[in-house]
Amino acid sequence: METLGIIKIILEEGAKYAILAMGVYLTYSILDFPDLSVDGTMPLGAVLSAVLILHGWNPWLSLVVAFAAGAAAGCITGLLHVVLKIRPLLCGILVFTSLLSINLIIAKAGTNGQSIVSIFGEDTIFTGKLAQLIPQSVGTLTIRKLIMLAVIVVLMKIAIDLYLKTKNGMLLRATGANEQYVVMLAKDPGKMKILGLALGNALAALSGAVIAQANETANTTMGTGMVVFGLSSVIIGLTLFGKVKFMQHTTMVIFGTIIYKACLQIAVSLGLPSDYNKLLMVVLFVAALVISEKVKLKGGNKNAKA
Amino acid sequence: MLRLENINKTFNAGTVDECRLFEDFNLNISKGEFVSVIGSNGSGKTTMLNMVCGSLAPDSGKIYFADKDITKLSEYKRSKYMGRVFQEPKIGTCPNLSIIENMSLADNKNKYFGLRAGVNKKRVDYYRSLVEECGLGLENRMNVPVGSLSGGQRQALALVIANMTDIDFLVLDEHTAALDPKSSEMVMHLTDKFIKKNNITTLMVTHNLRFAVEYGTRLIMMHEGKCIVDIKDDEKKKCSVDELLKKFNEISIETGN
Repeated sequence: METLGIIKIILEEGAKYAILAMGVYLTYSILDFPDLSVDGTMPLGAVLSAVLILHGWNPWLSLVVAFAAGAAAGCITGLLHVVLKIRPLLCGILVFTSLLSINLIIAKAGTNGQSIVSIFGEDTIFTGKLAQLIPQSVGTLTIRKLIMLAVIVVLMKIAIDLYLKTKNGMLLRATGANEQYVVMLAKDPGKMKILGLALGNALAALSGAVIAQANETANTTMGTGMVVFGLSSVIIGLTLFGKVKFMQHTTMVIFGTIIYKACLQIAVSLGLPSDYNKLLMVVLFVAALVISEKVKLKGGNKNAKA
Repeated sequence: MLRLENINKTFNAGTVDECRLFEDFNLNISKGEFVSVIGSNGSGKTTMLNMVCGSLAPDSGKIYFADKDITKLSEYKRSKYMGRVFQEPKIGTCPNLSIIENMSLADNKNKYFGLRAGVNKKRVDYYRSLVEECGLGLENRMNVPVGSLSGGQRQALALVIANMTDIDFLVLDEHTAALDPKSSEMVMHLTDKFIKKNNITTLMVTHNLRFAVEYGTRLIMMHEGKCIVDIKDDEKKKCSVDELLKKFNEISIETGN
């Protein structure tokens, strides 16, 4: 029974963060833009959603607001790069740093001066009418949260897959692979980059909002390490499943997230103190990179690079 | 159709490496002309192309296209009516998209890139018929990512794609230079076929003197930012590779190359 419990935790954790990983997939793999703003946009969504719920907003509406706020932050990363010609890494760092302040301001304004926004016992998407359609538990295993998370992740995955097949989505894919091709199509690649970054960060913020509601708490420091986490998930997913035909990249990314979370969870179960968590994340990231390079030498996968 | 007026361009201005490439440069290309441009390295061919396409701005002077001043127009906006094929086959297509997806994007040029399905299945037969004309068997590989095609195949596809939309002006930037002799022959032949079929005004830069002589209606030899040879129609037909080579050597001796 304990193993089952651990598997449930892994799946839950994986699902919570899979949306963020898909956002990183959009910016890193599709757009070929190493975007560090995710470390700031994920807690932005979380804090914003929690504060809104505290003030009696509909939890679903708070997700929409979080999505929009993340998109706005992503736009700024894009504008810094496209209009002011600042290097991608620096744009991300600048937006992330400014979000440290903004997130703190939002949290403090919403809670009378605290940097942790607790929504324990408040209505969330996991307690609403829709969630109550799902049985709370099977046997001793509570499954409602997991199923809700899975539904949200699958819906987002389908939405992203569909988008990438539209004219606009194809143009976004072209922008990351060959900017000059977009120029030849008489389209401004700069605008597409801004759009891609807005989408990626909107997903990161949405992920943060879902995580906040699932954990019933949000704080301004929860974004630390999210870039490393997202990139690792993308690289693990695309490397391990890259050879599987007919599997969409977004599916690979979701599996990558789950595998990554499993590694962390197993380490914790084996008794690794949680202080080592971030260290372990980096070790896993480096391992994923090295392995993906090895696989690339054998096969060839454009996106498996740092 | 295309008019360059009093173009000035200096590189590394104010340094010891200052190079005044263009001084009051003028060029007028009429509708329907197929201009081949030859010249040694550093003669200004590529700089001229870059200024025509908008990836480089002249220091002063005006560029007119169909009597409209386009000097300040950005590169992507000029692409509305200009097509360009580069020396590097990789630039003309998108490696991670399939042939169908690449062609669908080109098919949608100058239209709205919204949330409709990217590939219109009804158009696939049309795309297939276009690549069939290349005679490279690409029609059987429509769903293959373009990155896995050979340089010659990609360049042929880039050419098809550049010609898919209603462009008025085609810029060929040494587009056969990176290909093996057979592929470059094939691509040049295709180029000529497309240009004649659609009657597109063309500006081609090439290092292949034979292509410059055999193809096109006008030939320009550039040297140090000036057109030192500019012949067209009957006069061009009489011109031979040997003659051009002689001229080439003369200017090379002058500059001590």
